[in-house]
Amino acid sequence: MLLAPTIIYFVVFSYVPFYGVAIAFKKFQPFLGIWDSPWVGWQNFATMFTSKKFPELLANTVLISMYRLVFGFPVPILFALLLNEVRIMWFKRTVQTITYFPHFLSWVVFGGIVFHVIGPSGIINLLLDKLGMEAVNLAANPDVFRPLVVITAILKEFGWSAIIYLAALTGIDPHQYEAAKVDGASRLRQIWHVTLPGIRPMIAMLFILQLSSILDAGFEQILILSNPVVYGVGDIIDTYVYRVGLLESNYGLATAVGLFKGVIAAVLIITANHYIRKTGEKSLW
Amino acid sequence: MVMPSGHPQPGTGQVQGENELELINRGNRLDRNPLWAQSLIHLVLIVLTLITLLPILNVVAMSFSEAHAIYSNPLMIIPEQFTLEAYNYIFATPILLRSFMVTAFATVVGTSFNLFVTIMGAYALSKTALPGGRFLLWVCIFPMMFGPGLIPMYMLFKEIKLLDSIWVLVVSGLVVPFYLILMRNFFWSIPDELEEAMRIDGASDMGILWKMVIPLSKPAIATVGLFYAVGHWNDFFTGLFFINDNTKWPLQVLLRSIIIDMNALNMRGVGTAISQDSNKIMLTPENIKAATIVFAVTPIVLVYPFLQKYFVKGIMLGSVKG
Repeated sequence: MLLAPTIIYFVVFSYVPFYGVAIAFKKFQPFLGIWDSPWVGWQNFATMFTSKKFPELLANTVLISMYRLVFGFPVPILFALLLNEVRIMWFKRTVQTITYFPHFLSWVVFGGIVFHVIGPSGIINLLLDKLGMEAVNLAANPDVFRPLVVITAILKEFGWSAIIYLAALTGIDPHQYEAAKVDGASRLRQIWHVTLPGIRPMIAMLFILQLSSILDAGFEQILILSNPVVYGVGDIIDTYVYRVGLLESNYGLATAVGLFKGVIAAVLIITANHYIRKTGEKSLW
Repeated sequence: MVMPSGHPQPGTGQVQGENELELINRGNRLDRNPLWAQSLIHLVLIVLTLITLLPILNVVAMSFSEAHAIYSNPLMIIPEQFTLEAYNYIFATPILLRSFMVTAFATVVGTSFNLFVTIMGAYALSKTALPGGRFLLWVCIFPMMFGPGLIPMYMLFKEIKLLDSIWVLVVSGLVVPFYLILMRNFFWSIPDELEEAMRIDGASDMGILWKMVIPLSKPAIATVGLFYAVGHWNDFFTGLFFINDNTKWPLQVLLRSIIIDMNALNMRGVGTAISQDSNKIMLTPENIKAATIVFAVTPIVLVYPFLQKYFVKGIMLGSVKG
């Protein structure tokens, strides 16, 4: 009985909407509704795969995700290792308090702060103007958009993401350090031979998870930071579905693209979990 | 035991024969890095902290400063030529206050509903005797992996007349599977004996949940409640996707219009609040945007001490889940 509201919620809001997936195979006409709209088979998918836009979307999504993985993934690990070396507690706590904070801001607000710094009339341009130099356009510039996405994401989340590693660090048996010290290992060698192996399961798990969510390139962030000028390098599957579906009311195509993404994402996450379980680490479920 | 090689540490030769306590104390002494390394570590951390902190301080300072001070010193971190004009302006803007009320409603009412449903569900799922428990758990977890996508959700809300209703902010995301599992794992840690004792005394499931489980689970409930509340406060997508009527926009959607789309001075459909044109010179879009950011962040700052405490706890709970 107690479970009823939860189950009803999931059935109504997570399972019932699947009937709407039918839109992907229909030529949806609002006045006819979902059931009465004519079936068109795979036509929406054919439109998707043959459009010039599609390879671009896929490339943008995967590339931005990969950049995040390559440049963003190590940062919280390094940050946690650095924090772990600090012996002055008030210093450590201050650093943590400040660097965790942006995690709790929405991308709208954090994006506002980003534009406050780099926008057309942001402080960088105000400074350049004072120095008599020409203004730079960082906010709407296809050449810098992807680095901008990766760097701002790192700045917002590196502190918070380090927590999970800090937690893993506390689980390392201090005797291992003792043993390493007795063997004359320097602090750096201790990190290499004791600390890193100690948190390796956590690193592996989070790496696989992030790899499996490669089609999530940061919907909210990119929606906030992008503009038509950078669509060529910054338009990802999610932003496209939103724009084409809700703003241009091309429901069939948007549903098809969304379904394509959903299916691949589900396969990836299930594979990832299977893999994590096989390697003997804790699985996700 | 392998003999030290490379960099012999002072005293390592005498380790044998000392008792364990001394060894650990020595360990702590040896634990330190060389001074230069320690300094470098602190320096890097200070730089990272300042990169995070200074832009925020700059926004705060600008929100309290006069327009020409912003241009003469863009790098300020304390207000110059202090003024509250920007705040007078944004508080005189009815649409901002309206959006604030919408979001406050979603946060308070939404979080209550979230907690109510999540606690009951998690308690039921924590009972190993629950018939079909494994299947029901799957029903709750599956949506984490595979969803129907944006358009079918839109169609559903359209059909049940929740589009353009502020209730969509409450209903959408009523139970987050991850928090449900978090809560269930916490309930698991409560000893069964306590429950059995109450059951013998004739307490019902609801009675046990209300009188024992909830009081014992306050930290977990606070954690999950804060997760939900911050989620509602920062929720941008639900409003963006499902609410077109800008008088019902939650705060984050309006903020995008003000801060990102730079509709600062002509806040769309507002009937601008600046009556005294002479004051206009004191304000620039930068002031107003800065003040709006500060306005939106203030509630987060106010609960931040709790957030830090409980969110860290939540992460720990999450990372030890079975």
